[in-house]
Amino acid sequence: MRASEAFRVALGALVANRLRSALTMLGVVIGVAAVVVLVALGSGAKQEVEQQVEGLGSNIIIVVPGKFELGSAPSISRLTLDDVDLLGRVVGDPRRVAVSIASGENVGVGRRQTFVTVNGVNENVPNVFDRPLARGDYITASDVDTRRRVAVLGSTVVRRVFGDVDPLGRQVSIAGVRFRVIGVFAPVGSTFGVDRDTEVHIPVTAAQRLFGVDRIDALAVKAPRADDVEPLQKKLTAALQDKYDGEQFSAVTQTQILGTIGRILGLLTLVLSAIAAISLLVGGVGVSNIMLVSVRERTREIGLRKALGARQRDILLQFLIEAVLLCVVGGVIGIALGVGSSLLVAAVTPLPAVIAWWSPALAFAVSAAVGIFFGVAPARRAGRLDPVEALRTE
Amino acid sequence: MTDAVPAVEAVDVRRSYQLDGVSVEALRGVSLRIDPGEYVAIVGPSGSGKSTLMHLLGCLDRPTSGVLEVGGRDVATLADGELAELRNHTIGFVFQSFQLLGRTSAVDNVGLPLVYRGVRRAERRDRAEAALTAVGLGHRLEHRPGQLSGGEQQRVAIARALVGEPSLLLADEPTGNLDTRSGSEVMAILEGLVVDRGVAVVVVTHDPEVAGLAHRRIRVRDGLLE
Repeated sequence: MRASEAFRVALGALVANRLRSALTMLGVVIGVAAVVVLVALGSGAKQEVEQQVEGLGSNIIIVVPGKFELGSAPSISRLTLDDVDLLGRVVGDPRRVAVSIASGENVGVGRRQTFVTVNGVNENVPNVFDRPLARGDYITASDVDTRRRVAVLGSTVVRRVFGDVDPLGRQVSIAGVRFRVIGVFAPVGSTFGVDRDTEVHIPVTAAQRLFGVDRIDALAVKAPRADDVEPLQKKLTAALQDKYDGEQFSAVTQTQILGTIGRILGLLTLVLSAIAAISLLVGGVGVSNIMLVSVRERTREIGLRKALGARQRDILLQFLIEAVLLCVVGGVIGIALGVGSSLLVAAVTPLPAVIAWWSPALAFAVSAAVGIFFGVAPARRAGRLDPVEALRTE
Repeated sequence: MTDAVPAVEAVDVRRSYQLDGVSVEALRGVSLRIDPGEYVAIVGPSGSGKSTLMHLLGCLDRPTSGVLEVGGRDVATLADGELAELRNHTIGFVFQSFQLLGRTSAVDNVGLPLVYRGVRRAERRDRAEAALTAVGLGHRLEHRPGQLSGGEQQRVAIARALVGEPSLLLADEPTGNLDTRSGSEVMAILEGLVVDRGVAVVVVTHDPEVAGLAHRRIRVRDGLLE
């Protein structure tokens, strides 16, 4: 029997039972579509986070107290402003060391208030991070030294608090204390629907007084060259551990942060895809089930075909093609549905979706494999039927 | 034609079945020879073993012991695939209940044995058309079995049995589901084939009238030939 003939017979049988074929396919369609969508969302999330972390700038080392690892609780910081000088000596240039102390505070003018993250920083932030200003100036060394109450606002904060009014030179109240606006950040957009233009930077000294603390949360160091990053990491932690006996510090790079985030998102994607794959498996069982019914219904036809000269493998091929066809057609529809849904999700929600080329290809291969795997048992049963018995069935 | 290879030759053929662990002998040593162009009726009461004999002659089954040669080949030595090939090339079946594929046109039903011979679609159609014309159904090519009368359906089945140019045509109660007139039409076509094509025809029946048309009658009783 020619393969083209087996294909034609299988297609004919599927078309003859249109509704049943469609319903059986639906299981595969849903399974494949779910896998494609979840992989797309997972890849999208990962890509977006990567872009964001890379957008911070290059050769950055973040120094935080405690151990930096997945699932560890943040440690209480013992870092102080003096450590800027300490790390500055390690790097060889104090201007390459930025500090941060953050707190959520109300920011506003009169009744126009917004609750955002307020960062206490020093004048070195622009040397370390890529965070360009749209207008005005950044905080200076003298602002920090004199604890001047000046602020640089993110574009969203400006819109919420000042509307269309030019904020430069105006007063803004931060946690009830008046600050003068000296600059506005260039907008950077949002990630996962979280606006990233809600930052407020004030001098770290002013922030310490405002928040009532004398510590700082973290330090950020920009290595002069990429090759310096690794040795610098060790020197920075060593210097701090020398100073604070018995404490632990971590110096992490963007690559390490990316690795950690990548692992979290990868795990999440894997778990979700595994759940989706279960539905594909259930779809496959449905195919197997309907193929068994089909073989039973067509026992007499199988007997007749065998009497007319069909070999075991002719019959096996016919039913196997039928099962694979169900899965592959279902798979293609599922891929189309999955890609469509992913694009729709990306368009109407803040969730990013990225269709990796391998994801539809894999989904197609898996659905074909499901067809073969779940089609073999019924097809073998069909092929092995005894023609005498088969012809006798009603 | 006695010098030619016999269409079928059986020597002391036995066939037993295992039913609930008990061995039941359906055929207890049957020897027969059917030559090309012969027209033979196998008669006998139900349960006599004539269906078993028919399945053996049709290579749907193998004997438990004894030698059965169909078209000059020893059935016992053939693997399943070779047996299927032998059925395809040397045997044509006509069943009591026609056994046509319901969703398939007459011409495609007739072409079915050629599918398993790897014959291309266009050639299959040509040969199926010729076979249908030979049984007087050249005007019913695209009809489905449901659109045909019982007699016409059985003629389609005969065309299907003939399309592969077999050397042995086995008909199991071919008139069993037909009225008298359609029945005699079908029998006339069967008899015509014997004369025209030199095909050995074996009709299994318990209708004495049908059996009476055959050149030779083989009676089966309790698994033996009388």
